[in-house]
Amino acid sequence: MSAPNPNRIVIEPVTRVEGHGKVTILLDDQKKVKQARLHVVEFRGFERFIQGRPYWEVPVLVQRLCGICPVSHHLAAAKAMDVIVGADTLTPTAEKMRRLMHYGQTFQSHALHFFHLVSPDLLFGFDADPAIRNVIGVAQKFPELAVQGVMMRKYGQEIIKATSGKKIHGTGAIPGGINKNLSIAERDEFLKDLEQQMSWARGALKIARDFTVTHLKDLADFGSFNSNHLSLIREDGAMDLYHGNLRAIDFQGNKIFDQVDYQGYTKYIKEEVRDWSYMKFPFITSLGPEKGWYRVGPLARLNTADFIDTPEAEAARKEFMAVTQGKPNNITMAYHWSRMIELLHAAEKISELLHDKDLQGTDLVVKGQRREEGVGLIEAPRGTLFHHYKVNEDDQIVMANLIVSTTHNNEPMNRAVEKVAKDHLSGVQITEGLLNRVEVAIRAYDPCLSCATHAMGKMPLEVKLVGPDGEVLDVRRS
Amino acid sequence: MSETYNFTIDGKEITGRPGQTILQAADEAGVYIPRLCAHKELCAHGSCRVCTVMVNGRPQSACTQPAGAGMVVENETPKLLGMRKQLIDMLFVEGNHFCMFCEKSGNCELQGLAYRFGIMAPQHPYMFQKKDVDASHPDIYIDQNRCIVCARCVRASHDVDGKSAFGFVGRGIHKKIAFNAEHNLSETKLAATDMAAGICPVGAIIKKRVGFAIPVGQRKYDTKPIGSDIEKR
Repeated sequence: MSAPNPNRIVIEPVTRVEGHGKVTILLDDQKKVKQARLHVVEFRGFERFIQGRPYWEVPVLVQRLCGICPVSHHLAAAKAMDVIVGADTLTPTAEKMRRLMHYGQTFQSHALHFFHLVSPDLLFGFDADPAIRNVIGVAQKFPELAVQGVMMRKYGQEIIKATSGKKIHGTGAIPGGINKNLSIAERDEFLKDLEQQMSWARGALKIARDFTVTHLKDLADFGSFNSNHLSLIREDGAMDLYHGNLRAIDFQGNKIFDQVDYQGYTKYIKEEVRDWSYMKFPFITSLGPEKGWYRVGPLARLNTADFIDTPEAEAARKEFMAVTQGKPNNITMAYHWSRMIELLHAAEKISELLHDKDLQGTDLVVKGQRREEGVGLIEAPRGTLFHHYKVNEDDQIVMANLIVSTTHNNEPMNRAVEKVAKDHLSGVQITEGLLNRVEVAIRAYDPCLSCATHAMGKMPLEVKLVGPDGEVLDVRRS
Repeated sequence: MSETYNFTIDGKEITGRPGQTILQAADEAGVYIPRLCAHKELCAHGSCRVCTVMVNGRPQSACTQPAGAGMVVENETPKLLGMRKQLIDMLFVEGNHFCMFCEKSGNCELQGLAYRFGIMAPQHPYMFQKKDVDASHPDIYIDQNRCIVCARCVRASHDVDGKSAFGFVGRGIHKKIAFNAEHNLSETKLAATDMAAGICPVGAIIKKRVGFAIPVGQRKYDTKPIGSDIEKR
């Protein structure tokens, strides 16, 4: 298993991310970092075992990929099934209920990542004692923030329940629409707490913004590199987390492709398989695997969008883009700031929707000309999520291809790990600082490795250093 | 034949009418005896044994046993509850019941009984048997993974619909639903409007393209346990 030549460090498992993975750092004979890889070591096989299942079951089945952002899978699959049943335009109630579900999901997922997974690094520093650099440490030193994190998650989860029937793994989105509307009583409950949630979202954005601006000099180079960026984009160029066309830009903001109908995504995106990871490596076809890799998620979305259609998030976007003079921001650690801009955007969208009477409509489902193939895309909290299915005339799934957000970020995460390892590894000792810096770089992407391999588990970390002859020189666990 | 008679279930006085089974008399009196294969519009089958009660100290299936004057019937006893839980448990592990993405969830009688009995997880090991799926019919989908071999569809198709679309093949653990056709379900005369197409207590026979149209919270057993409709009487 181990490479015969270079020294080898393994970080396994990586902590405070969703899923199970490990990092291997290969050293050359001069003990310099030769290569670093993030391996995703889980395997689940959803794409195979949903074959034969009826298509209307898929939005409920396939969301079991994940317990963090099942709504994204639920909605992406439902959007693909809309295509299958010929529902080209949903009713206003169906579309807005789904959007509300999605913004509730984005709100709770971003809050979870920021408050529970990332805030220990930002509040205590990368070198702080791991005994306090965790969510319990945050709860002890910053109890009001810990409570906010929990309450924001709860708010988002309650929205998911009101729109999909359950806080986790609901059934709301069905092919061609939605199975319920939002009652006045449900709406009023959310309106009661809305201003408090907005206020907390503003506070979280301020923490992320201040941290990034204050430490910009150090962060600018931390695990950073130029990359392409990809996301869905609305027809007028606005950020749209629920629906749009594909836009890809290079690191300077030049468009690689724009307003591409995602039903034909296979012409523009391909996936490469490498033998050392269960996670595939997508790339932009026209650029090839070497140059065609790209980033997705909050940072990419901020970079690709011409504007955000909610006022507070738009003001925050302008400030964010000003840091890089309006050009794409390629700073890996800027993911956190961009993620919190989206958190506020989600809160603003929730507010907009709750004041829309269409949510109380009763026209829930449409159908049209049945098709045999459908693609559903959505901007999940972690980035663009692709669901692609083929259905036979007996209504059974015969092909499924899922490209999840974390898979798009596979190459960037590997690059980030390699950059951090090169910058911070000295000698053959695995220090706590290195261990955590590698994790910090991975964590910036908010990866869900379970989704990425359609696997499940959690992710503690172990680092193993192996000499040229295969001898284990050092092992360290977080 | 219009004379009534009395017997007891768990000490409660029940009035029966001639020709009634214990199950039928209990239903009329608002006493719920759990069941799976029994259905009020079909003849009794007595195969699932979930409705087993003690009649004068002997086990009998309530759906087939005629009620009689002076009978002493035990229904809700720890021993019978334990036995019923075992039966439900075995049905779960013998099939491949994935409630989390089954569209019958919330309306499923097997799941409803498991909830009523407080079964949190099966006690027996899963068998993970390979089962067939037949999606050939334009309006009906058969998933044998979920079939509990209750024969409701067999009886409904034969006795009520007059089509005999279903039957059984195999014995013991290999027993399964078969279709009155050379190859698959689409060759039968089964229609979505037939009683046989809508009478399955689990998600083995479902009407296509209905899926999850009923939201969580409005399904049959979301807010009240199975049997509540009878106990209300």
